[in-house]
Amino acid sequence: MSQVMDHGIYWLCIVLMMIGLYTVISRDNLVKKIMGLNIFQVSVIMFYVSMGKISGGTPPILVPKDQPGAAEVVYSNPLPHVLMLTAIVVGVATTALGLALVVRIQEMYGTVEEDEIIEMDRTE
Amino acid sequence: MSAKQQTSGLAMIELILFVLLVATAVVVARLRDLFAAVMLTGIFSLVSAGLFTLMDAVDVAFTEAAVGAGISTILMLGTLSLTARREEQQPVRLLPFLVVILVGGALIAGTVDMPAYGALEAPIHQHPMYNEFITGTEQKVHLPNVVTAVLASYRGYDTFGETTVVFAAAIGVFLVLGGRRKKSAKIDGGTP
Repeated sequence: MSQVMDHGIYWLCIVLMMIGLYTVISRDNLVKKIMGLNIFQVSVIMFYVSMGKISGGTPPILVPKDQPGAAEVVYSNPLPHVLMLTAIVVGVATTALGLALVVRIQEMYGTVEEDEIIEMDRTE
Repeated sequence: MSAKQQTSGLAMIELILFVLLVATAVVVARLRDLFAAVMLTGIFSLVSAGLFTLMDAVDVAFTEAAVGAGISTILMLGTLSLTARREEQQPVRLLPFLVVILVGGALIAGTVDMPAYGALEAPIHQHPMYNEFITGTEQKVHLPNVVTAVLASYRGYDTFGETTVVFAAAIGVFLVLGGRRKKSAKIDGGTP
């Protein structure tokens, strides 16, 4: 039971990650694959951010020193937040590039379904 | 309300939001109407932004809300307008299911000896850099927001690398789509 209380949030992240992975490897539609990649990405970000959380902590924005109780404030770890900010922006850049490639594939093949594309390549 | 009650109440909200998130993801994976799926990815990003706020990552939350729910959705809608609106029927495959269950099981087995969620004793919070970030931000960088200070000062090169990646991706998009316009103009000119 304490395992569930302590690690349940990590397991939910992993469930989310597996939904993303399933969408990427099982769907034929390329736009759907990129949506799966986005789900996967959010789950990884969620995993990192959840490791930086401290129960009873506050967001890492400093409380002014002269405020009462400022010395006892516990701040959640800022490092995962910084790393994940970078990851979100890079993730959008890769999404944009992936979607541009999908548009290009649509131009060349007339479809974005992977099985049809592979079939076309085979018959050529 | 006591501190303990407040913590368990927050954990309850976290759980509800997380279940909502997983449900949205399942529907996105199953829907064959791509337009509806894109809208649901927007909702997915927004719910995850709410979760980030609960986990004290306010900067991550507003970036996710702006970039994930905003820009990603617009990019996908643009792509849908140029490609198909519906996903085609496909047979159910067993192999992806097996792969997903195996990988998921392995990952869950890996979390068993991780430090508990929210524990102050976790190695990440005991590392000397944690204190350095908190006190150093006040004494050396003179900013109230620790995340901004770490992003721009302590890990400035990291952010520079990120900008390079975004720049490279932008050039890639222009190269991939720029050639398209020339070619399609040629095809249009060539056909009587």
